Amino acid sequence: MDLFLSQILSGLSSGAIYASLALAIVMIYQAIEHINFAQGEMAMFSTFIAWTLIVNYNVSYWLAFLIVLIVSFFGGILVERIVFAPIHDAPILSHLIVFLGLFAIFNSLAGYIWGHTIKSFPSPFPEASFRGLVGLHQLGTVAFVGFLLLLIYVFFSFTRLGLAMRAAAANPVSAQLTGIRVKWMTALGWGLASALGAVSGMLVAPVVFLDPHMMGGILIYSFAASLLGGVNSPGGAVLGGFIVGVLENLVGTYVEFIGNELKLTFAFILITGVLLFKPNGLFGRTVVTRV
Amino acid sequence: MNALLEVSRLEAFYGQSQVLHNINFSLMPGSITTILGANGAGKTTSLRALSGMVKTKGDIIFGGVSISGKATEEIVRFGIAHVPEGRGTFEGMSVMENLQLGAMTRKDKNGIKEDIERMFGYFPILKNRTYQQAGTLSGGEQQMLAVARALMLRPQLLLLDEPSFGLAPLLVSETLEILRRINQESKVCMLVVEQNATLALNLADYAYVLETGKVVISGTAEEIKNNESVRRSYLGY
Repeated sequence: MDLFLSQILSGLSSGAIYASLALAIVMIYQAIEHINFAQGEMAMFSTFIAWTLIVNYNVSYWLAFLIVLIVSFFGGILVERIVFAPIHDAPILSHLIVFLGLFAIFNSLAGYIWGHTIKSFPSPFPEASFRGLVGLHQLGTVAFVGFLLLLIYVFFSFTRLGLAMRAAAANPVSAQLTGIRVKWMTALGWGLASALGAVSGMLVAPVVFLDPHMMGGILIYSFAASLLGGVNSPGGAVLGGFIVGVLENLVGTYVEFIGNELKLTFAFILITGVLLFKPNGLFGRTVVTRV
Repeated sequence: MNALLEVSRLEAFYGQSQVLHNINFSLMPGSITTILGANGAGKTTSLRALSGMVKTKGDIIFGGVSISGKATEEIVRFGIAHVPEGRGTFEGMSVMENLQLGAMTRKDKNGIKEDIERMFGYFPILKNRTYQQAGTLSGGEQQMLAVARALMLRPQLLLLDEPSFGLAPLLVSETLEILRRINQESKVCMLVVEQNATLALNLADYAYVLETGKVVISGTAEEIKNNESVRRSYLGY
């Protein structure tokens, strides 16, 4: 029973990471209808900036955290303005290639600046464990991400800017007719997604250790999460994140031939399964176009 | 009296093809003007040109200021609201959210609240649907929501693209009745594009007739109603 409970709790913790990255993916998907393959690498890059601040400049953890959130926010806006705004009307393949290009750029740039050796990254939470079941870092991650998701929910549901961003994503032409500056809403979405990704990077780095490739697997799980929840449903992506986190842990523990080695395969099976049998995910809307 | 909107030598393009040719017209403050014409004559494009939704050449002067070449979202800030073809409501959002979106460029919180109540006064059915998703409303209700959403801007000029489209006959006359009432109460100038010429001419003070992107006849609604060729081509008697 203890093993089961401990697996659920640590599953929720990795689920919180997947949920935040999946939400970042969905935010950009809603604005431009493409999946940002570089979301994980952008998060990794942000985490390296935090590492530099903490280790090289002795900045306290939470101050570094805050600085990185701000830097990532404006970095995300810059990437959108410089890279994606000019190719806004380009065909889907161009977007795809640019996303992959961004992936490669952030990955090699991080390797070039910080090297490929694995680095440890501090956790803001004490190293103790909770009743021997799960580390306090894991528990702290769940609580912190939960709080953050609540903030995001409040922002999008109850503020005018949140409403404007949703309107711009749902119906850009009508949004312009209400005076919303749609281009800036898209850029703002990128900023928020990038900051949210940075959170996932900084929270997962103490667990998987910091190196330019640390987000690879996490990105796959987050894709699975966003697809499972429905790639046009923010709430679905969050729930999908937690479901994937818990399932991944339980499957790894209780299904012997999968174990730790084949866990990532499970994510791919999930992605394929969702695409085959429920392409809109659990909570996604079917997009119907009248002709 | 000076015109609220003056359009001169207006041309509009979709890519390479020119849709409007040398259009001139003006709108008097507080008046209702209608644009008549067959399908493809350029009625919708005329409205889209005013809102900066198509590429244009020529002058568009609104309240003494040139707005030609400006972006849609900036033109809205001059006080021009547009109910587009197909209504343009936010279907996944509630009636309340749609109304709030209409007032996106305004800062006066209390005024916005008052105006929402005013809209519920014009369109009582919307009040019962306050928190319902716009996509679940009937066609008529969505049309009312679209008009209400546009009015939330407190516009000086309201552009309406086929407000009667897809509505049951009873609703059509009801909608036009409300439009007339709103025009009289809040003095908002309206430019209405209508397929149904009889209705449009009954509602409007002035009318322009478009044919293949050119203004061919213009005058007061009365004059147009009595024009022989308009009667034969558009009114059918």
